[in-house]
Amino acid sequence: MTYLPNIIFAIVLFFGIGYFVRNVRKLVRNINLGQEKHVRDNKGQRWKNMALIALGQSKMVRRPIAGLLHIIVYLGFIIINIEVLEIIIDGLLGTHRIFSGIGSLYGVLIGSFEILALLVLGAVGLFWIRRNIIRLKRFVMPEMKGWPKNDANIILYFEVVLMCLFLIMNATDNAFQVSGNGNIVSQYITPLFVGLSESSVHLIERSAWWLHIIGILIFLNYLYYSKHLHILLAFPNTYYGSLNPKGQFDNLESVTNEVKMMMDPNVDPFAAPAAGSTEVPAKFGASDVQDLNWLQLLNAYTCTECGRCTSECPANQTGKKLSPRKIMMDTRDRLEEVGKNIDANNGEFKDDGKQLLDDFITREELWACTSCNACVEACPVSIDPLSIIMDMRRYLVMEKSAAPVELNNMMTNIENNGAPWPYNQMDRLNWKNE
Amino acid sequence: MSELLKVPTMAEFMAQGKQPEVLFWVGCSGSFDDRAKKITKAFVKLLNKANVEFAVLGTEESCTGDPAKRSGNEFLFQMQAVTNIEVMNAYEIKKIVTACPHCFNTIKNEYPELGGDYEVLHHTQFLKSLLDDGRLTIEGGKFKGKRITFHDPCYLGRANNVYEAPRDLIKKLEAELIEMRKCKKNGLCCGAGGAQMFKEPEKGDKDVNIERTEQALDTKPDIIAAGCPFCNTMMTDGVKAKEKESDIKVMDVAELIANADDI
Repeated sequence: MTYLPNIIFAIVLFFGIGYFVRNVRKLVRNINLGQEKHVRDNKGQRWKNMALIALGQSKMVRRPIAGLLHIIVYLGFIIINIEVLEIIIDGLLGTHRIFSGIGSLYGVLIGSFEILALLVLGAVGLFWIRRNIIRLKRFVMPEMKGWPKNDANIILYFEVVLMCLFLIMNATDNAFQVSGNGNIVSQYITPLFVGLSESSVHLIERSAWWLHIIGILIFLNYLYYSKHLHILLAFPNTYYGSLNPKGQFDNLESVTNEVKMMMDPNVDPFAAPAAGSTEVPAKFGASDVQDLNWLQLLNAYTCTECGRCTSECPANQTGKKLSPRKIMMDTRDRLEEVGKNIDANNGEFKDDGKQLLDDFITREELWACTSCNACVEACPVSIDPLSIIMDMRRYLVMEKSAAPVELNNMMTNIENNGAPWPYNQMDRLNWKNE
Repeated sequence: MSELLKVPTMAEFMAQGKQPEVLFWVGCSGSFDDRAKKITKAFVKLLNKANVEFAVLGTEESCTGDPAKRSGNEFLFQMQAVTNIEVMNAYEIKKIVTACPHCFNTIKNEYPELGGDYEVLHHTQFLKSLLDDGRLTIEGGKFKGKRITFHDPCYLGRANNVYEAPRDLIKKLEAELIEMRKCKKNGLCCGAGGAQMFKEPEKGDKDVNIERTEQALDTKPDIIAAGCPFCNTMMTDGVKAKEKESDIKVMDVAELIANADDI
């Protein structure tokens, strides 16, 4: 019987982590539905970017209030997790506060966890007020209704509950309070339990301990269904983020090949494809998530819907439908839908008559973009909504010939006159004599 | 004044068996747009004054393909790119300067992969180097003490991290450089990029250039300085819409320098 809690703990831990691993595999599978993209160059710079942007939060603090609050919650999250390690060891071995043997250092550690827990509670409270009382514009935009709004609040409630359980667990741990080693915050909570019998206090302590670890496991598994995945994916996403100047858009290789053939006088324009060639002509641009590359799909899962991109977007600021955040949210929603479709059809995607274009992202949104890169610059975790917009424009123009009429005129002018306006190329130097 | 401009072409240089120091890529706007042609001429005056051996492609120049690419027409872009690269490689071009950030970005960043490797400079960077090397001198002249705000072109600033060259030039005029609330990395677009220049905007409550012009007007400037012919058009239209065109001028940085002592 004495081993029963250890066994229950091991089972809870096994299923908690097991289900998470299952979801991570699904996540990786979905991201790999995207096209190949090679980003293995310049590892040094990539590690540096990850260290600065994700670990160092360098872009978060561009907005000082949100940045500071976020750093508190982020530090709290990372540091308090050292405590989780102790909980897991205690749970499996049936020990109690196994690290307390290290003496005064333990007090310093737990003491700083307690202070952080209190700071996190404060920061989360302010976050909640910003979202629900002050209602900052970027949190109440059209794409933030329903699940995205609830998701954001659920995350905050989770954090409040976990921090409270951590402090209550410490406050009701009699031996810990008696030792006076690290109970900086919890000593002020202990008086709340005065008058209860020793066994009731112990019961509260045990319950808080169990609920804390179970809560953490539930939160871990909540991630996959939530925008909160960024706590994990921000790291690979900043690592793989573009190292090129922002103005550099990729040159489509498939097009380069065609253009080379067109310019090469030795190519036989009527040549039949080589016998046995099963090569399917590449599709130009993207109409659905599978046409995007894996990095764009990773971007979509990494987005935590903070809306900094949208609040910097010139189109959005002037009332157009385009919202870069919605581009990312739509991409993820469609990718999830495709993933579920594959799960339901034994590993193969069955056409559902839907696609990312039109069913999720409208043409009006795509054509409103000025390609100014404000959204890319604003993202604290190196997401690039512009590349998705460009790939979808490419599909519209090259596969569907569906550019706005004025743009078609502009392109016809370039084709015929070498300028976007109907002027003759032979007049290009006339300004000299005017 | 036009007879004073020396604008040799690459073909002329080639005929003499010479190579210019730099190719001036004029761009479509600089060649055809009435307002932008003035910028082109101002820049040429400065090149002439500094005795820079430059050449233009003239009728051999064609659109870089930028608006086609940003519209999604990768085919047309690459056709344009490959054609331009063939011409420039035939002339063995090494160094290019242009007054258009869109041409600048495209040739600098997107041409190398297609076989066109050149050193590419924005005209503000080039002018800065002329000043630094003492080949060109300016004094404050008539812009001394004037309030000038600089609008960052997206394809120069955020796209290529060039923020200081145009500002250094404005400071050389002994003018008072005042920054807009949204500047440099956080600069707001003028509304022309991504081929928006060539189409009507989508439905909204305001045009982007009006929003940006309002931000510029908040600084109470005498002059709004630009570094891009398209931004120039958008901001000029914005100032007109606000009926401020008699008080506030929109000028390219090259024009400011050329006009400073009326060369």
